[in-house]
Amino acid sequence: MKEGRPRSFYVLAIFFAAYVLFLYGPMIAIYVLSFQGPQGGLTFPMNGVSTYWLAKLFQGTGIVDLGAAFRRSLLLGIIVMAVTVVLSVAAGMAFRRKFKAQSILFYSAIASLIVPSIITSLGISLEFRIVDDLIKAHWNENFETSMGLLTSGLGAHLTWTLPFGLLIMFAIFNRFDPRLEEAARDLGATPWQAFRHVVLPIILPSVIGIGLFGFTLSWDELARSSQAIGAVNTLPLDLQGLTTTVTNPDIYALGTIISAVSFAVITLALGTIHILNKRQAAKGSDAGKGLV
Amino acid sequence: MDTSEDILQQASADLVRGSDTARPAKAARLSPSFVSWLQAGPMMLVFLAFFLIPLVFVVIVSFWDYNEYQLLPAFSGRGYTDTFEGCIAQLPELCTIAKTYVKTLKLCFLVWAITLFIGFWVAYFLAFHVKSKTWQMGLSLLCTIPFWTSNVIRMIAWIPLLGRNGLVNSGLMKTGLINQPVEWLLFSEFSVVLALVHLFTFFMVVPIFNSMIRIDKALIEAAYDAGATGFQTLVNVIIPLAKPGIVIGSIFVITIVMGDFITIGVMGGQQIAAAGKIIETRVNALQFPAAAANAVILLVITFLIITMMSRIVDIKKEL
Repeated sequence: MKEGRPRSFYVLAIFFAAYVLFLYGPMIAIYVLSFQGPQGGLTFPMNGVSTYWLAKLFQGTGIVDLGAAFRRSLLLGIIVMAVTVVLSVAAGMAFRRKFKAQSILFYSAIASLIVPSIITSLGISLEFRIVDDLIKAHWNENFETSMGLLTSGLGAHLTWTLPFGLLIMFAIFNRFDPRLEEAARDLGATPWQAFRHVVLPIILPSVIGIGLFGFTLSWDELARSSQAIGAVNTLPLDLQGLTTTVTNPDIYALGTIISAVSFAVITLALGTIHILNKRQAAKGSDAGKGLV
Repeated sequence: MDTSEDILQQASADLVRGSDTARPAKAARLSPSFVSWLQAGPMMLVFLAFFLIPLVFVVIVSFWDYNEYQLLPAFSGRGYTDTFEGCIAQLPELCTIAKTYVKTLKLCFLVWAITLFIGFWVAYFLAFHVKSKTWQMGLSLLCTIPFWTSNVIRMIAWIPLLGRNGLVNSGLMKTGLINQPVEWLLFSEFSVVLALVHLFTFFMVVPIFNSMIRIDKALIEAAYDAGATGFQTLVNVIIPLAKPGIVIGSIFVITIVMGDFITIGVMGGQQIAAAGKIIETRVNALQFPAAAANAVILLVITFLIITMMSRIVDIKKEL
């Protein structure tokens, strides 16, 4: 408030730096350790430097079929991302005017976010088991199961990503100037045209943010997958399975690869958001400039 | 606002009818409430199919009977009685299940207190001391990125540091502070709490930060002008105004820790019992009604905590 910084600034700056170090320090440790030589172990000091353990993962070590799990996680992540974006944007639009069942949807989303994941996961697994039993009893005795990556697994992930998507949409429309849309309507745009040419370009950076949340939350999801995904494993599930048995740095190598994908997606999304924001600032129409 | 929008919408629909655009008739026929249903319906369906109905099934199945290998859809309280077997006879000694819940609550309280402390000051720093918007964004992002990466990786990341031959132990040995490696650093309650704090402080920082940046700086100026010390301003102005964020963050952290079984499993070396772990163990033994009964108990406890906390603040108003 006054010139110069108070002493509390420096104390808190050090506290913040310590927190960031606490956040990143351990993660950096395993990224470094995954580049050990063939004789490397689980702890420092490093035993040589190589890409041996990373390469070993791609050859298939026998402990985990990395390729298949990788593809499954990627497929699920992309589908979750797409569904999360579409459903969140649609529901976010709905929340801009009052409608019946508004508070039911809102409280469902919040509850889905805070009910412990293991309960949601158990519930989905029970639901699918009961459905399976019904099918076996009434229609087809040889029916195996309806549980799977893109049925129960997809549903489980959506209960985790959709609340985040909806909350981001609330944040977007809190800042959105509805007069821009009214102007479009005055000019004769249909609701769809107003959405497509006015609303969507403005909210696009944040929509990419929703996609980023959708993909990375699904890609790293574990607790909800644990009971609900059926017979196959996603990458985080395989990784969790390894924690009890493995004594080699290949678990770190796997960790490094999973993180690398997360970071790549985050960077890609943030980069796109940045470019879109710049474009909007540079050559966005002058509509709205006189209003704000 | 609503009415003016409705009028505008009506007007635009009329305009559309007048002009010769692609699908004028269809666009005009859709009523606003139908459009709302169309927009919000799909998300509602997902929550219905994968959250609300499953919750109902958890409650129903918790009252079913079971044997070694299957569910028996007949009313029974066995899920619950098996869970609390011998508890009454053992009084006043706590039985295993009660001890487990007490331990879960203890872990939960520890993690809550620590994440609240760290989260509050991190948010405070970002909201009040970082003046430039760019820096504020950048530093918040720095705190957010780990949240987007795998929890298991962030857990196992502690192994090279805390393990028997880890950095901490070898460092302490070299300085001569200890002769033998400290055993309780890893696969202990200590490592569980440490990992939970590491993973979930994010859920405290974000809501508290959101509450704090909404605080009108003029109020703080006014407090200073009225002669309040920094500490008085903190207690009488900032904390009350940041309360919604504190409550929301607390609800997140508490519910996550109450239900956690993965962190407690991995960081506790599969040795520490907790509420979420019981459910997992029961599922692995295919005792679904017992698992469901424990889920219901956990749900009730979590719900009670949330109700208590939301008495303090209206959550919906804050979002």
